[in-house]
Amino acid sequence: MKKITLIRARNRWQLIYLKELWDYRELFVIFAWRDLKVRYKQTLIGAGWAIFQPLFSMFIFTFFFGNLAKIPSGGLPYSLFVLIGLVFWTYFSGILSNASNSLIENENIVKKIYFPRVILPLSKIITCFVDFVIAFVMLILVALYFNKIPNYQALIYIPLGIIIASLAASGSGLFLSAFNVKFRDVRYALPFFIQMLIFLTPVIYPLNIVRPSFKYLLALNPMTGVIESVRTVFEGGVIGWDTLGISLASSIVIFIIGLNYFRATENYFADIV
Amino acid sequence: MKDIIEVKNLSKKYRYGETQTYLTLRDSITYLLSKPFEYFKSLKTQKLQKDEFWALKNVSFKVKSGEVLGIIGPNGAGKSTLLKVLSKITPPSSGEIVLRGRVTSLLEVGTGFHQELTGRENIYLNGAILGMTRKEIKTKFDEIVEFSGVEKFLDTPVKRYSSGMYVRLAFSVAAHLSSEILLVDEVLSVGDADFQDKCLTKIHELVEGEDRTILFVSHNLGAISQLCDRVLLINEGLIIREGQPREIVDFYRKQSIYSEYSRRSFSGNLTNTIRVKKITLNKAKGHYYSALPEDKLEFVVEGRTIRSIEAFRFTFAIFSESSRLFSVHDVEGHKTRLKKGSFRVYLSIPPYLLRPGRYSLAFGGHDLGMKNNFWGENVLNFEVLEKWSKDNQKINVGIINPPGCISFREQ
Repeated sequence: MKKITLIRARNRWQLIYLKELWDYRELFVIFAWRDLKVRYKQTLIGAGWAIFQPLFSMFIFTFFFGNLAKIPSGGLPYSLFVLIGLVFWTYFSGILSNASNSLIENENIVKKIYFPRVILPLSKIITCFVDFVIAFVMLILVALYFNKIPNYQALIYIPLGIIIASLAASGSGLFLSAFNVKFRDVRYALPFFIQMLIFLTPVIYPLNIVRPSFKYLLALNPMTGVIESVRTVFEGGVIGWDTLGISLASSIVIFIIGLNYFRATENYFADIV
Repeated sequence: MKDIIEVKNLSKKYRYGETQTYLTLRDSITYLLSKPFEYFKSLKTQKLQKDEFWALKNVSFKVKSGEVLGIIGPNGAGKSTLLKVLSKITPPSSGEIVLRGRVTSLLEVGTGFHQELTGRENIYLNGAILGMTRKEIKTKFDEIVEFSGVEKFLDTPVKRYSSGMYVRLAFSVAAHLSSEILLVDEVLSVGDADFQDKCLTKIHELVEGEDRTILFVSHNLGAISQLCDRVLLINEGLIIREGQPREIVDFYRKQSIYSEYSRRSFSGNLTNTIRVKKITLNKAKGHYYSALPEDKLEFVVEGRTIRSIEAFRFTFAIFSESSRLFSVHDVEGHKTRLKKGSFRVYLSIPPYLLRPGRYSLAFGGHDLGMKNNFWGENVLNFEVLEKWSKDNQKINVGIINPPGCISFREQ
């Protein structure tokens, strides 16, 4: 059975070509594998950076925000409290910034060969997930040290948190990578934007220190629900589905908007980039 | 059996300048609001906006399964754009393409090679980007390595490769692709002569061994006539002619577009200062420059210089089979200066001097110290037709033919 391809000026609109993505499934892995291979070449401590970054931030934040500013941290020691936030935040911001630059960085490939373009930004999920797993193991060790073992709820809410974070990060990454092809401002604005966004996310403070009405506004940021629910799991408390629900819905909306914009513009990447 | 490739009325327009439009809904709306009249006009007619041009215009052709189709034409004719549209890298502006089979395109050797990765790793990476599965690469791995001849360096990062090794490895991966349709753009221009031979042989094998359809863009007219079953000649986005390789290649060689292509190949630091606009032979406007032996050959070069140049003189040369028959200089030139603006230079060759055959004209110029100069060979190709007479007898074997210089008197 021969494959038939039809090329027209405007193809029928479709949010995603699952069949085609399936045909190219190996490319996801290959791109992720390439990134991992290349990332720590000629570095001294290699993948140790995946642990070092959040761990070092944890010490700094614990000292300034926990000890000096005395920000409350619920039922957890502040260092564990902030580490949970940092591990998930690093995962989110890693996907976001890597995905946003993925098309520009692979300009020479985009111009010379066809493949479903979404593979480039989406493969960053795999790359960052590997770092996340390393950091997460470290997080568990720190939790064991403080004797805060999460209960069975972890099996539902941690994977759910990862899914929400992945959807939100890759959705905005898809949007920004397509936008970046035409407007290179992204490259300059994004690091700044990510720095600011960490303060709009309860990474260093708990959500309950803000006003209840403001809480729901913050929940529109999907990472709010993720970090809050994972902390609750470590505390052994009851998950509040109101914030988590808003965050889940918001991450799905972000993903669809991002993917839609990407799909609408991807045909012209090779002409513009 | 249906044709494996069908291209119907394919057009592609590009925009001059920096920005290409995204053609999203939002862009269309902005356009509609800012220039409503032009928007509706552009929808109705397929007309171009001021800053647009057709890279391809109503191109239609079909390719049978197993056929090797060559595509030739001068630079900027639209050959590469055609391959890009066929390989889905960029969408057409209108028209339709049907491809019946798996397509791989090889627009560049070594697409996606990563400098930091080893040769072995790059084979897998490059293979996957070109559309091979891991399994396919594994089964062909040894073949690829053997063909490339870089076994010893397989575990060395490619950033330490010589450029020759790099190209050989890259081509080897591409040569082992197993799709039904292969689109190849000017990849034979790389590597040394030995390796190019090896590549040609490999392509021969690909063509003959399996049921493989190949579209092949090249400036190497020799390779085109050797490999292809049929050839398309493209210029300015249009198919000018199609047919048997010999016939099309010959036609192209005689065409002025062939020399127009070479006309751009001036070298020297004055290339951008002095612009040659038109070169004619005996006022001929046609594409095929030919003359009879008894014709006086009058060449006129029209051009423009964007600034004055002191002590400048023009020079012509006539070549036959890449050996220089003679050159002439405008000796008066050094006494005056070339003024800014348009100029015309004339070269006049007396009748019968050139024997029937093919010639090419070279044109250039330089100032007194030769520091500022420009020079272009093959700027015009012409033929003196075969017609023998008293003033140019066939028996006078030689490179040139001075007429009427021999006489005999009995005393």
